[in-house]
Amino acid sequence: MHLDRRTAWRPLAAATMVGMLMLVGCSSKKKASDAPVATSSSTSVSASTSAAASSSAATSESASASSDSSPASAAAPTEKVSLTFWSWVPKIDEIVKVWNSKNPDIQVKVDTTAQGDALVTKLLTADRAGKGPDMFQAEYQALPALVSADVAGDITKEAASVKDSFPEGAWNAVSFNGATYAVPQDIGPMAFFYREDLFKSMGLNVPTTWDEYATLAAEVRKKDPKKYLGSFSSTDPGWFAGLSQQNAASWWAADGDAWQVSVNDEASKKVASYWGDLVKKGDILGQPFFTPEFNKALNDGTLLSWPVAVWGSQVIGGNAPDTKGKWRMAPMPDWTAGAKSAGYWGGSATAVSAKSKNKEAATKFANWLNSDPEGIGALIKLGGLYPAATSGQSSPEFAKAPEFFPNQPDFYTLASDISKTAKGFTFGPNVNVTYNSYRDAFGKAIKNKSDFAAALDEMNKATIADLKKTGFTVKE
Amino acid sequence: MATYSTASAGKTPAVVSATRATRPTRRRGSGHRTSRVAGYGFIGPAAILFIGLVLIPIGYSVYLSTRALRVSGGGRKIGGAAQVRRSEVSVGLGNYRDAFHDSELVHSLLRMLLIGLIIVPIMLALATLFALLLDAPRTRFANFSRLAIFLPYAVPGVIASLLWGFMYLPSMSPFRYAAGSVGLPKPNFFGPTAIWGSVANIAVWGGVGFNMVVLYTSLRAIPNELFDAARIDGCNEFQVARRVKLPLMRPALVMTTVFSVIATLQIFNEPFTLRPLTNVLPTTWMPLMSIYTTAFVKNDIYAAAATSVVLAAGTLLVSLIALRLVQSRALGDS
Repeated sequence: MHLDRRTAWRPLAAATMVGMLMLVGCSSKKKASDAPVATSSSTSVSASTSAAASSSAATSESASASSDSSPASAAAPTEKVSLTFWSWVPKIDEIVKVWNSKNPDIQVKVDTTAQGDALVTKLLTADRAGKGPDMFQAEYQALPALVSADVAGDITKEAASVKDSFPEGAWNAVSFNGATYAVPQDIGPMAFFYREDLFKSMGLNVPTTWDEYATLAAEVRKKDPKKYLGSFSSTDPGWFAGLSQQNAASWWAADGDAWQVSVNDEASKKVASYWGDLVKKGDILGQPFFTPEFNKALNDGTLLSWPVAVWGSQVIGGNAPDTKGKWRMAPMPDWTAGAKSAGYWGGSATAVSAKSKNKEAATKFANWLNSDPEGIGALIKLGGLYPAATSGQSSPEFAKAPEFFPNQPDFYTLASDISKTAKGFTFGPNVNVTYNSYRDAFGKAIKNKSDFAAALDEMNKATIADLKKTGFTVKE
Repeated sequence: MATYSTASAGKTPAVVSATRATRPTRRRGSGHRTSRVAGYGFIGPAAILFIGLVLIPIGYSVYLSTRALRVSGGGRKIGGAAQVRRSEVSVGLGNYRDAFHDSELVHSLLRMLLIGLIIVPIMLALATLFALLLDAPRTRFANFSRLAIFLPYAVPGVIASLLWGFMYLPSMSPFRYAAGSVGLPKPNFFGPTAIWGSVANIAVWGGVGFNMVVLYTSLRAIPNELFDAARIDGCNEFQVARRVKLPLMRPALVMTTVFSVIATLQIFNEPFTLRPLTNVLPTTWMPLMSIYTTAFVKNDIYAAAATSVVLAAGTLLVSLIALRLVQSRALGDS
């Protein structure tokens, strides 16, 4: 027995060593593809583009557009180019098929393996290995980081022809100091979605100001203790950024060759304190969005409203199927009555890699996808996106109500009006750090019922510290 | 990532220790040289895999940990702040300095210690109890029970966490529903304190089965005569378990403890999967979550590499010390 124990000892030690080495191996070998996609505030959240998704309808429009694309392909060198495109637009492969059938000389191959922040990580890694795509989708707030990492290339010249197709705000989001780095694809102006049926049966009025919203939140709790007017999410920084934009916050500003950071400006602090009060009083929930719990609350009437970008209509449609025809969209409540303002949440653009050998062809595709009636039509119909291009917003696709909102035939007209009132702010080169800090700081604030405005101070500190560490000049 | 169910490394020693005693010693072949060549041939594949999949990645991690993306002075005044470019430069031990000054990392290490103190004793106590019960002579449905207890180990950590996460969510939890329907206060699994139990529960649920099998195998390897002798001497089953079986299980217990401690150092799946469901889990709750966030959310693989190297070195050190202590106390007497 004694001997047996001793000999059992050696394999044990060896196995322990292997176990420890595995730990080291794991922590260093992890690939970007392991990154989860669930948390990104992307616009693609379970878009169920319903029955309208027939590709024949998309091609019927192409008759008018083919005249645009054929001279372009004639001007291109006869040599065939093959481009790669990383995107997470729903059904993007079908959309690209429309392009490929028209442009035999510029064939596009789609890769849909990652989305949102995970795609940014993948891009940064692939770019270093020289294996990046020719074109890729990027959310507006991720673009500055990709520009400063030299992943997104300057396409000012190639994209100049489509500039006028976009509203100034969208074009500004893809341009820095006069240079353009992407073609805007979709935008997420924020609106107020509410349960029309329950508002009626409970005798509630749609709030037009945030003061009214706060009063209403308390009223809902009094009338039905099982229901809440809304929820504050500590896991969706893009949502809070949009709420702050509505109050004319400005988190980053480029001043000469220095960055100015003011995540904790007065406008944002006002927004944070406002929501903090509501959460602390228990008038609204303090639960994250996009959880099974949240979906259930959307579906069973626990949650009466949700301030969300217009793409939220797809999220509600996909996750609260029992409530079809019961939701309605209204403009956001304002900080001052009659101000008519909104912020943005999400939205993305098509960028061209700095290292792409076919920049011109790649930009041609990006232009087609986002500004050609054929491309936009496919994005709306197949991808379920709300396009950035002004022409797209008056597309025939938008004449009818979305399937989930049969009670609101003027849905897209209203959405277009709202998008005209929306304003964004400049994003800095380390939004990922700021946004991550949001998750921790606001999670803690909700957990400890502490000051929401102080959470913004924490975010500001983390953002500045990271910029300085990286060597950016920060003006304070 | 490894979880409490990191089996591949764990299974072999138990099997080896069980079979070694009976294995006949093989005679060495006559040709010394050929056997030496054959030896290298046998060790070759393992060595190549070890170098390619372990040593080189570790080396690369160490290299990355001394680098960083920094704004390079030259590219500054092209077109204002937005056009400033970053490029990879050497920063020496800068990343390590930052890691040691990061109070969040220290906090996450303390939290790891705490969750380990919860998980390891509970898991091993349950595993030992189940192993002894299964080994008791009058146990019925032993095979079925063994499989049932082992089964959660076959569920991947992420799936297990999702599964439990759904059962923890306030409006979906069957436990809350059950408690509410019999008039008990509804538990909040995502409370600031309760979250420790909620995370530990998933880890224990997934890990007990594996440890039980290791311990049970070690029990089966003990000759029955010892138990018979104890019974003849008047021991009841409880006394046999306490006085004979438990002491003889010691090597296996030591091994399962070491593996459980290592698994605790790697805890990631459970809190990472639960995090988006709640406000109480920060992105730096556990050291590996912190490393993940740095690498794949903040996109700073360099700082993440430095923290990984620190954590790995710490793990190695702790394990070696633990093994040395255990060796002298439990196994190495004379």
